[in-house]
Amino acid sequence: MTISFLLLAAITIIGTAAAMSLKNAVHCVLALTLGLVGLAALYLQLGAQFIGLTQILVYVGAVAILAVFAIMMTRNRNQETASTESGSFRLSGTLTALLLFAVLAWAIFTGISPQALGGAQPEASVHEVGVALMQRFVLPLEIIGVLLTAALIGAGVLAIEEKEGNQ
Amino acid sequence: MPEMIDQIFVLLKHWIMGYVPSGLQPVSSAILSVLPVIVVFPLLFAITTVLERKGLGRMQNRYGPNRAGPWGILQPAADGIKSLTKEDIVPRSSDQLIHLMAPIVMVIASFLVYTVVPVGRNMVVADLNAGVLFFFAIGSMVELAVFMAGWSSRSKYSLLGAMRAIAQMISYEMPMVLSGIVAIMAAGSLSTVTIVNMQAGYTGIWPHWYLFTPWGITGYILFMIAATAESNRCPFDMPEGESEIIAGYFIEYSGFKFALFFVAEYLGMMATSAMAITLFLGGWAAPFSFLTWIPSWFWFFAKLLLMMMIFIWIRGTLPRLRMDQLMNFGWKFMLPLSLINIFSAGLWHYLPSGFTRWSVVSLLLLFSCFLLSRGLRRNKWFQERTYRFAS
Repeated sequence: MTISFLLLAAITIIGTAAAMSLKNAVHCVLALTLGLVGLAALYLQLGAQFIGLTQILVYVGAVAILAVFAIMMTRNRNQETASTESGSFRLSGTLTALLLFAVLAWAIFTGISPQALGGAQPEASVHEVGVALMQRFVLPLEIIGVLLTAALIGAGVLAIEEKEGNQ
Repeated sequence: MPEMIDQIFVLLKHWIMGYVPSGLQPVSSAILSVLPVIVVFPLLFAITTVLERKGLGRMQNRYGPNRAGPWGILQPAADGIKSLTKEDIVPRSSDQLIHLMAPIVMVIASFLVYTVVPVGRNMVVADLNAGVLFFFAIGSMVELAVFMAGWSSRSKYSLLGAMRAIAQMISYEMPMVLSGIVAIMAAGSLSTVTIVNMQAGYTGIWPHWYLFTPWGITGYILFMIAATAESNRCPFDMPEGESEIIAGYFIEYSGFKFALFFVAEYLGMMATSAMAITLFLGGWAAPFSFLTWIPSWFWFFAKLLLMMMIFIWIRGTLPRLRMDQLMNFGWKFMLPLSLINIFSAGLWHYLPSGFTRWSVVSLLLLFSCFLLSRGLRRNKWFQERTYRFAS
């Protein structure tokens, strides 16, 4: 429990809590981004560089921008979210949170505890990740690669057809 | 002696560290590594602004700034004082906190990326083993800052500028990363220091830079085009387009906050140039084997200024693209070509070295470049030009 860990944990918790409690949707996205950056910093502090940086690249660089774009495109004015007040929303939200907490707690209690590893820091460098991806998980990697390439080409094709439709 | 001059800053740091009590060693080491970055690069930014204005002035047959100091060299100081003393106007309807945070986030992100740039032999703030990934990850935070600036100003022009900027940055981030991947593939590492070290060594007098391979030069050109678009510079400066949306996402900023956006833009431009130098131009390595006696940091900054010159030259030469031209170019030309470039870099690795792989890979790249540019120009060959509002 170092000071840096406490600071980062505080940033993460404040960010995510603000994301739930703020009224303005854009504020929520920005607060959530703060929480995700705090989480990435926690990964980096644990020495998991690849995961931490990918977290920033994916969540801050892509997901936050996507969310922000969706909000900007879909609403004209910054109307406040009304649906959070309804009872069923709160009930389902509480239920989801409890379920998630239960799964996480189960995972923590049944997983390998840090003491069992005997103090040796597990190495999670980019090299290790690369070797694991290229040897043990090569088939899922290939499938995801094909899928993403197809999605990329599909996006391009969609854009091209839209262009021709306009002409 | 050349060795000592090469390592003079490293030795200086070690000498200062000798006087620091051991309890403060980690902190002072970090400060001593970071301080040069936040002093040198803004200074370089100041020099670049005056060079840009002088250079553009010459290209447009005028003098450029020549009043402050000899040859106008003190112009950046005058600009800095001016923007510091200007009134800081915040629109009443703006989102005060986010309006304030946007330039700060942008400048922090722009400075952070210099952490992984090797500016000389043994001269890098942090040699992360995911250095290139760090660069792109932090670089993507700039987009969020752009959105924050555009949205919080509550101005149509700001929002339009931010939309344009983000659309453009997202579109060109992918070709940028994909064109950088070839260097990572060839070096087999994400660490910037390792990538530079892999390009060390000479054949005769010629260096082993990735630029001097068919996929390397393609990757370099793609990377530089994408970098120009990423930093919202001419010919990709629609987000700022003075004649259309006045100044884009930072139109509602004045005084020093405006200056911060300006600083961030140039720092970002220099950072991507530094990354291009690291990936393709051998980092701090000398361009010829007989010039290795000149210190490594000199070569890095010489290359950086050369890249700045190219940026300024392009700005003085090319007109602004339209939005659809920008998107077409990004998605239909840059992206496929960078994917083909990755493939050809793999091909290069497995073909026997010599004339065969040079010709095969070059032909593949030239042919695909030709086909893609034909595809881009489809139906646009001999169209009669119509002026809708003039005829």
